[in-house]
Amino acid sequence: MNFLETLLNGLSSGSTYAMIALGYTMVYGIAKMLNFAHGDVIMVGGYTLYVTAVTMGWNPLLALLMAIICCAVLGVTIEKLAYKPLRGASPLAVLITAIGMSYLLQSVAQIIFGSADRMVRLFELGKISIGSFQISAYTVVTLVCSAVIMTALTLFVKYTRIGRAMIAVSEDRDAAQLMGINVNFIITITFAIGSALAAFAGFFMVLKSPPVNSTLGAMPGIKAFTAAVIGGIGSIPGAMLGGILMGIVESVAQTNAVIAPFTVAIEFSILIVILLVRPSGILGKKRREKV
Amino acid sequence: MALLEVKDLEVYYGVICALKGISFQVNEGEIVALIGANGAGKTTMMQSVVGIIPKKSGVVTFDGTDITKTPCHKIVKLGMTQVPEGRRIFQELTVYENLMMGAFTKNDQKQFKDDLDKMFDLFPRLKERRNQIAGTLSGGEQQMLAMSRALMSNPKLLMLDEPSMGLAPILVDQIFDIIKELHKAGTTILLVEQNANKALQIADRAYVLETGSIMLSGTGAELAQSDAVRKAYLGG
Repeated sequence: MNFLETLLNGLSSGSTYAMIALGYTMVYGIAKMLNFAHGDVIMVGGYTLYVTAVTMGWNPLLALLMAIICCAVLGVTIEKLAYKPLRGASPLAVLITAIGMSYLLQSVAQIIFGSADRMVRLFELGKISIGSFQISAYTVVTLVCSAVIMTALTLFVKYTRIGRAMIAVSEDRDAAQLMGINVNFIITITFAIGSALAAFAGFFMVLKSPPVNSTLGAMPGIKAFTAAVIGGIGSIPGAMLGGILMGIVESVAQTNAVIAPFTVAIEFSILIVILLVRPSGILGKKRREKV
Repeated sequence: MALLEVKDLEVYYGVICALKGISFQVNEGEIVALIGANGAGKTTMMQSVVGIIPKKSGVVTFDGTDITKTPCHKIVKLGMTQVPEGRRIFQELTVYENLMMGAFTKNDQKQFKDDLDKMFDLFPRLKERRNQIAGTLSGGEQQMLAMSRALMSNPKLLMLDEPSMGLAPILVDQIFDIIKELHKAGTTILLVEQNANKALQIADRAYVLETGSIMLSGTGAELAQSDAVRKAYLGG
């Protein structure tokens, strides 16, 4: 029973990582850039929940909706203002800009909200028990919601015209343009979806632990990015798999008192091992030779 | 009447001048071939006309509209589609999905179905492989897919960049037969080819591109007879 609980906890924090990793991987696949400000979008989502649910006393679900909208608008705005002018610039310039954007968001949040934690308590979730087996309701909510969202995303990418166009753009931007696909529009959609997923991740995170501060998204962002690379950056199923793997490793490592302090080190070591064995990640594509 | 008119087109890669002010035109109903050796600027010309590569100067007019500054994705809607060099089909998508991308600018479901049937009549192989991942097709099949993907937008002008590249001779013949067929059905064609022999056989008119400039032009038959062209491109 103990093992099952560890597994479920791992799955649930893993699906939170997966939601974040999806944002990294989709943006990387389609816009060909690493959006290091992605983790901080989660933080903005967290503060949106704070302002709407706590300060203004909105219904938590309405607050979630607002966080999704704010994050999506923020993601699209960041792309338009900071990244779009750099289309075609060297990848290094884009990377530095993204890191700068990350610090900008953190600093602005600190100016507005100060550096003290703000508590966002949305629901009293308690525990669910089946016989002697107990699990926190948060775990179940996170698992179920992320499963639904990730399924919906997969279906969207697989079966809609826009979804297929996203894959087309990620594979060959110029050929996609030649088909009449507006690449800028597809990139905008991608940022909107990725940032909306970050808002969900922020929601799950405050359900688990209520304090919100300006670096809320930093560590989960880095871990999710690592997860995306482990799974194969650019691959949507890869991001899901990498995120869940990350969560399970974390949860298992934390059950053992001896190795628990090394949890983060273990997580990042997995990246090194995987990249040694499979440089393109577990589900990453091997580069195709051009004819 | 000129369907596509290119005037004094100049393209630079950094400080290197790739196209030194070329002018040509494609009239409605013609097959026009642009031949030239490797590195002459053929693909650069094709990509700059549709706006994938920025133009330094020059004017491009299509069907009476100035498209010099039109972004690439809007050009398809005007009726000009390009089959890029190296085919560049979407390898991860299925054959059907590739065709769906070709019709991206069209919203009419019924027309999509009709066009799809037309493509499957023209290329029965693709019908058999409709749900296959495009990356697993053979080279010839990929070229057919690239052509039918472009045709899904019902272009007035079809631009083909090296359609015979890397194909077995028998497939090259087949591709050229299809080009003739498309032309008969009313599509205007601009063909860029290294295979000058084949291209001149089917072209109404042709231009010879050499290191970024147009050196010669004339009807396909004239150029095929010209000593300079025979020496340089037709093997004597």
